[in-house]
Parts: sequence; C-alpha cells; structure tokens
Amino acid sequence: MPAVEFRHVDIVFGSDQQGALKLIDEGRTREEILGKTGAVLGAADVNLAVERGEICVLMGLSGSGKSTILRAVNRLNEVARGEVIVEHRGQPVDVARCNEATLRELRMHTVSMVFQQFGLLPWRTVRDNVGFGLELRGMGAAERNRIVDEKLAMVGLTNWAGKFTHELSGGMQQRVGLARAFATDADILLMDEPFSALDPLIRDKLQDELLDLQRRIHKTIVFVSHDLDEALKLGNKIAIMEGGRIVQAGTAEDILLRPANAYVAEFVKHMNPLNVLRGTAVMRPAASLPRDGAKVILDGAAGRICLRVDEENRPIGLELDGREGRLAVADGEAGHIDDEAARLCDGIVAPVDLKLKAAIELKQHTALPILLVDNLGRLAGLCDDDEIYRGLLHRINN
Amino acid sequence: MFDWPIYDWLTAHKIPLGLWLKNAVDLLTEHGESVFDFISLVLGSLIAGLTSALLFVPPLLLIALFALGAWLVHRSVGLVVFIIGALLLVANLGYWQATMETLSLVLCATLVCVVVGVPVGIAAAHRPWLYAALHPVLDLMQTIPTFVYLIPTLVLFGLGVVPGLISTVIFAIPAPIRLTHLGISSVPANLYEAGKAFGATRTQMLWKIELPYALPTIMAGVTQCIMLSLSMVVIAALVGADGLGKPVVRALNSVNIAMGFEAGLAIVVLAIVLDRVCKRPHRRKG
Repeated sequence: MPAVEFRHVDIVFGSDQQGALKLIDEGRTREEILGKTGAVLGAADVNLAVERGEICVLMGLSGSGKSTILRAVNRLNEVARGEVIVEHRGQPVDVARCNEATLRELRMHTVSMVFQQFGLLPWRTVRDNVGFGLELRGMGAAERNRIVDEKLAMVGLTNWAGKFTHELSGGMQQRVGLARAFATDADILLMDEPFSALDPLIRDKLQDELLDLQRRIHKTIVFVSHDLDEALKLGNKIAIMEGGRIVQAGTAEDILLRPANAYVAEFVKHMNPLNVLRGTAVMRPAASLPRDGAKVILDGAAGRICLRVDEENRPIGLELDGREGRLAVADGEAGHIDDEAARLCDGIVAPVDLKLKAAIELKQHTALPILLVDNLGRLAGLCDDDEIYRGLLHRINN
Repeated sequence: MFDWPIYDWLTAHKIPLGLWLKNAVDLLTEHGESVFDFISLVLGSLIAGLTSALLFVPPLLLIALFALGAWLVHRSVGLVVFIIGALLLVANLGYWQATMETLSLVLCATLVCVVVGVPVGIAAAHRPWLYAALHPVLDLMQTIPTFVYLIPTLVLFGLGVVPGLISTVIFAIPAPIRLTHLGISSVPANLYEAGKAFGATRTQMLWKIELPYALPTIMAGVTQCIMLSLSMVVIAALVGADGLGKPVVRALNSVNIAMGFEAGLAIVVLAIVLDRVCKRPHRRKG
C-alpha cells in the first residue's frame, strides 16, 4: 500500500463545482472552465502514488496546481471528486471523505507540514513553536519539552530554544518549522516550497540537511518545488504539473531522457545532467559488443584490446596487445576509487548506476572505456568518451 | 410651495416613530421590570462594592500600590513618578473620593464592555453576515446623541449610577467590538493553516492562534474603551452617578470657574494615568 495515493482527484475553487466537473470531463482547459462557470480549476484527474520512505517532488510553475494537490493530503483543500488515500495507523483512509474526528487524528499523528512562509507563531518562543503540535494533542509540558529538545538538537537549534522567532534568520526559522513537523513523529511530511523563501546558499545547505535527516528517519515526504534542480536533487520520484494536471511522473532520469511532451522537454532542456544521468542510460550495452569466445573485444575491428570474462560474464582480466592489463574497481554511484589503484590501472570496473559526473572523473584515469557491471558483477556495458558527450548533450535515443 | 396638496398630505400623516419607541419602552418597563431591577441591582452593587473597596484602603497606601503595580508591569521610573505625583495632586485638590468613584464607574463600564464586546467581536469576525448586521448598529451607538438614550435608560433603570453605566457602555462598547473584529480577522492565512495542519480544533484555534495574535489590537480596544468611558463621566453625573462628573455639573450650574477647572483637571489626570498604565510595554514586535 502506498503511503499516499491520489485517485482521479479533481479540485475546484468556486461555487459551481458540478458545472466545473462536467467541463473537466470534456477535457476543457482552465481558462475555458473559468469563463463558463466562474470556478477555478485547481487540479484535474490527478493520479499519483507515493511509496513509503520516498521523497516525491511535485514540480511545476506557479499556478500549476502543485500546492493545491499537496494541500489535499491533509485536507487544507477540499477535494471535489476522487480519493486521497493516506495510510493512517496501518489503515487506508480517504482524507477527502473521512469524518472530522479521523481528520483531526490524522493531522495530529500521521501527516505534518512545513510551510513556505514558515507559519511560525511570533508570540511564542522557538521551544513553544516546536511543541505546538504536541500541545494541541494535550501532551504534558515535561514530556513535550523532552521531545522538543530532542528535535531542536536534530536541527541544530538547541541554543536558540528560548528566543522568539523574529530573532532568527530565515534559514533558522525554517529549521524551527522542520523541527515542529518532526516533533509529532508523523510518518508523512508535506513540504510546501519550504526552501523557496531562502537565499540560494542556505537553500542548498538545508536541502543537504534534509537528505541527511531522511537517511536516518525514512519519512514519506511530499515536496512541492518550482525549482527543477531542487526537484532532481531531492526527489526519488518527480511529478511535473501543468495547468492542474500531472503531465509526467517518474524518476529524474525518466524525465530527463524521456520527456512526455514538449512542455516537459522545454523544462528539462537547460538542466544539468551530470548528477542525474547514470551509466545505464548512456552506456553501450554489453550485448552489442563483438566477442571472441570468453573475450569481449574493446577496440572494435583491431581486436588487440580484450576483456576476459568468466562463464557468468564477470570481468576477470584485461589483455592489452598480448600484455596483461591491470583492472581497478570503483564503488558506488559516486565511483569511489583508491588513488594508488587509479594511478596504476589500465581499466576501471564500476557499478552500472554510476553517475555521469563520476564517469567523467574516472575517465581521467584510463584510456579505455569504463567497464560497467551490474549488481552481480556481470558486464553490463561500456562507457567511453562518446557516451559521456552524448549524455551531456541530452542526445540519447531510447 | 407649502400649498402643494401632496405636501399637505405628507405632513398630515405623520409616522409615529417616537410613539412606537415610547410604546416599546413602556412595554419593556411593564413586562421586564423585574429583569431590569435585577440588572440594576447587580451592576449597582458591583460599582458600590468596588468603590467602597477603593475607599477602604488609606489613600497614600493605595497610591503606593498603584505605583508598585505600574512598576511591575512597565519597569519605568518616569511613569511611577508621574503616577505618584498625579494622584497626590488629585488628593490635594480634595477630589480623592470623587476620583475613586469615577475610577470604579470606568472600570465597571470597561469590564462590561470587554465581557460583552470581545465575544461579540470574535463572533462577528467568524461570521461576515453578523458583522454586516452589526456595522450600522455600532455606527448608530457612536453617533446618536447621548441624551437620547439616556432618557429610556433612566426610565428602565431608575435614577443613579446604573443608567450612567448603561449609557457609558452603549457609547464605549463599539470600540472593543470593532478592534476585536479587526484583530481576529487580520490573523494571517498561513497561521490558520499551520493550526489546521497540526489538528487544532475550533476552540484551540481561538485560544492558541487567534486571541494571541489579536491581543495587542484587543488591548488597544480596551484602552480606547477606558478613554471613551471617562468622557462619559459628566453625562453619567447628570442622571445621578457619583464621581468627578458631579462637581463639574455643579460648577456649570453655579458658574464656578475654579471648581469646574479643578474637577476637569482631575478627570484629565485620571485619563492620562489610565492610558499610560494600559499601554502595552514595548517588548516584542510581531
């Protein structure tokens, strides 16, 4: 069961909901619906599943409906039609139709939220702001302060607990917002452009901190952003929205390599592929390489440079013009490699999910293509200069 | 132009507006007498009780207590010195008892205004239709000449301090209502959303978001209310309320410039003291 699932969700702002829904079914645009019914289309036929532990980024220009559907998850926005299923205490709950008591339970325990303008209470200290959600639950002061101190330590604000929020910088205020959201121990975190109001350096730092925290706490995060770089950096899954509809949902690589339409293509055109593309997307697959028995020929027709593989297709040795070559191994998507080994090697074996940026760094150590292997160590493909260039220029045909 | 028949017809058929109102008041006196007597009793004893409490304490001790209270709230030497000087002046002029009677009337009127006005302001902020309905009534309460409603309150509550209090409340209550409404309706949307997102009930929303946010504005309404109540002191004296209004009325009737000036000065001094004490200390910004 996904942690959050949108099923055919339509959101309409205005009194003529039925009229607007009819026009949505006819596939009319937002402008047409506004002209005919006076109602504003917030979202139309949104289908999206966010798995547990995933960061899903809703991405689009302002007015594309990304915040609108985020707010349907805790019913800050009412849903006109469709279901918003949230996993609440192991049970699926349709937030769009559940009763007030369930909704309140869900808001107190399962879903918490971080706001773009922080939404902190200026008459309260940092400590009392972080404890706000717990206080609404009716938790006693002693237990509350214990949890609050723990969360303040988590975001590095322990020494600021007694200050008022206006005494803090923007970045610190949003850390208070984060701590407040963490304090209720909700599994699902809604983040509505939380870093957009911050300057770029602070934004970058908070993004890193969020990723760092996420590695430890494994929340399900639904994140709204209008910044593609932010979306690509944070999102396990990215949903691109336009005019209230999701035009494409998938991984960063999916969106970069296979844009669903011209709108998405335009969006990703100027984006930096170095941290997004992986070996799998750019490599020349092993199956297309010429072979000579247990040897894979690396230099085409000449046939003087070969890779020896075992019966499982795992690289075991390198032959350079009859001489035995040295192989070095790089680890992880970032391609970590021992300096000494890198200096002495002739060829490098790396995992197939190697990032393009790492491939470029590794390529400095070897004249040969990088040998990409799958998670069982079997040769999957090659990544040479050509593949890197095509990746950089977004010219990959799949 | 007076010979136009339509004009003759118009003047010949006077709408008995005044009569209707008089009948309504008569009806109220006839059937609601016990209710009004009860209200009169409660408010009358409230004011009398507070007045005797204030007069029970020796004046110098009371001045010291006021000064101490002001120091605890504001931590300002200047204010404390001013309060002591101002109250000693009033005592010196011989208006101590009248000042305490007026203070008691003003505090009771403010109490009634806050107890009634703040909830009404909150209700109006939550219900736009209620505010729309209330708006002309509040305008009416602030513009209609005081003497006009002084007459029916006299009839309903009898001579004394209570009709003075009621008239004062009618005149002063629009301030806390309006400012409470303003404060509550200017709560930013993102604070409402923060409250909702963490599961606040309507009651929690009121006590933990709306009222704390609106508090400075509501306090401004209370201060205004106190000032408006003070400005009604002379009117209240006309219907028999004790206090600083009495010597003013007497001075007016006997053309006594000295007495009028001194009593008027005592009112002004009391107004300034109350205003300075009620101002919120500048501790934080929004």
